[in-house]
Amino acid sequence: MNPAARSADGSRRVLLMLLLPGLVALGVTFVLPLLWLFRASFASSAIGAFSGGDWTLSSYETVLTDPFYWLVAWNTLVLGFNVAVFTVILSYPIALFLARTESRWRGVLTALAVAPLLTSSVVRTYGWMVILGDQGVINSTLQALSLTDGVVRLTNNSFGATVALIEIFMPYAILAMLSGFGRLNTQLEEAAAMLGANRLKVFTRIILPLSLPGVLTAALLVFVLAISAFVTPRLMGGGRVFVLGTEVYNEATVTLNWPLAAALSVLLLVLFSSVIVIYQRALRALEA
Amino acid sequence: MNQSTPFLGRFAWRTLLVLLYLFLLAPIIIVFIISFDTRQYLAFPPESYSFGSYAKVFANPTFISAFGRSLIIGLVVGLGAVAAGMLLSLSLARHEFRGKGSVNFLILAPFLVPHIVLAVGIMLVMAPIGLLDTYAGIIIAHLGITIPYTVRTIMMSLMSVDRRVEEAALVHGASPAMVFWRITLPLVSPGLIAGGVIAFLISFDEATISLFIVSVRTSTLPTEIFHYLEYSTDPQIAALSVILILISVGVVIAVERLIGLRRAL
Repeated sequence: MNPAARSADGSRRVLLMLLLPGLVALGVTFVLPLLWLFRASFASSAIGAFSGGDWTLSSYETVLTDPFYWLVAWNTLVLGFNVAVFTVILSYPIALFLARTESRWRGVLTALAVAPLLTSSVVRTYGWMVILGDQGVINSTLQALSLTDGVVRLTNNSFGATVALIEIFMPYAILAMLSGFGRLNTQLEEAAAMLGANRLKVFTRIILPLSLPGVLTAALLVFVLAISAFVTPRLMGGGRVFVLGTEVYNEATVTLNWPLAAALSVLLLVLFSSVIVIYQRALRALEA
Repeated sequence: MNQSTPFLGRFAWRTLLVLLYLFLLAPIIIVFIISFDTRQYLAFPPESYSFGSYAKVFANPTFISAFGRSLIIGLVVGLGAVAAGMLLSLSLARHEFRGKGSVNFLILAPFLVPHIVLAVGIMLVMAPIGLLDTYAGIIIAHLGITIPYTVRTIMMSLMSVDRRVEEAALVHGASPAMVFWRITLPLVSPGLIAGGVIAFLISFDEATISLFIVSVRTSTLPTEIFHYLEYSTDPQIAALSVILILISVGVVIAVERLIGLRRAL
C-alpha cells in the first residue's frame, strides 16, 4: 500500500471514530425510537408492554372511528391556532421595538424578553396556576373589589391552557421574529416619511411587508410547539382539557395502551409535518 | 393637535410595551411574591412575609433528593453532549466525506420532531431492555435532545478558528494530537462551555421526556414538581420555583462573565 492510500485510510479511521459516538447516541435516542414507534402503532394492544409480534391496524381503527379522538384532534388544532395567533399579536410589538430601538437598554430588554426561556415550563405553568386559579391573583382581586360573588373559572379549562401557552411561547416568537426582521431598516422608513407618507402608511406599506416573513416563521414555530404541548395543557386543564399531548400521556402512563399511544403520536407527527409542508408551500407562493 | 399626536402616540406605544413585558414576566413576578407568603395555602396578596416556604422546601426529602438526581443527570448530560458534539463538529468542519449531508440532517432532525413523540418512542425502546427508570435511560434520552445544541455552538466556534494557526503548529513539528489539545481545544472553549451550559439547563428543566421514562427511582425535580402540582398548588412550589429560577440566572450570568452570552448563543 502506498503512503497516500495509507494516510487516506488512516484519516477515514479517524473520521469514523469522530462520528461514531454522536451517531450512535442520535441513533439510539432518535432514529430507533421513531422506527419503533411506527412499528408499535401496528401492534395489537397489550397492557404496558410491546415487544414485537403481530401486525394489525386496530389502534388506527380506534383512533379513526372513535369520535372522541376526532374531538381531541380538533381541540388540538383549535388550541394551536388560538395560541399561535395571540402569541404572534402580543410578541410583534416587543420584537418590533427590540429590532428598531437604539436605546442603550436594548441588550437588557432583549435579555428580559428571552430570559423566561431559561426557566422550566413546569415552573411557568405553576405561575399561571397561581394567577388564574380559583384562589389565585385575579379571583382574589375581583372578590376584594366585590366585582364578582363567586369564583370565575379561569383554570381547569382550555382558556387557562391557552393563556399559559401564549406566555410560555412568547420568547420563542420574539426570537424568531428578531432573526426574521433583518430587512427592516429605519432609513427606508425615514425616506418614506420624507416623501410624505404618514405613520400609518409607513407601517402598512413598509414595516409590515418587510416583517411578514419573520411573523410567519414565528406563527409556524408557535403552532407546532402548541399542538405538541402536554405539560401545560395537562396542568392548566386539570384533566379536563383533551388534546393529543395529554391523550398520548394518558395512554402511555395511565391506561398503558402503548400501541394506541404510538398511533396517536404518529397522528401528531403527521399533523406536525403537514403544517410544515403547507407553510413552506404558502411561503413559496408568497415569494413568487 | 399636530404636536400632541406624536406625543400621545409615543405614550400609548410605551404603555403597550410595558403591559406586554408585564404579561411576559407575570408568572415569574407572582411566583416570587407568593414564595414569601406565610400561609400554607395559595392566596393573594400575602398577609405577611417570611421564609417559611423556603424552609419547608429544604426540609422536604423528596424535593432534595430529586434535586440531587437532576443535578447529577444534568452534569453528566452536559459533559456527554459536549464530548459527542465536539467529535461530530470536528468531523463536519474538518473532513469531507460521502453522506455528510445525511449526518448534518440527522443532527438537525431532533429539532423537527415534537418531544412528546420522541418520548413515546424512547419509552417503547427502553422498556424491553430494562432502561426505564434508570440513570442510564434518562441520560441517554437527554443526550439525544441536547447534542444538536452542542453541535451548533461548537460548530460556530470551530468555524471562527483560523486554520492557519493549526497548520503553522503542524509545520513546526507538533503532532496532530498536540495541535488539538494545545491549539484547537482552547480556541473553541467558548463554544464548549456555552454548549455544555445549554445542555445542562435543557436536561435540568426537561419534563416531557422525563415524565415518560422515569418513575420513583430516578424522578427528576421537574417531574416531582409536575406530580405535586396535579394535587396541590401551595407556596412551597413557589419557593422551589424561585430557587430554580435563581440557579438558571446564576448559570447564565456565570457564562456571561466567562465568555459573554452574545458569543455563547
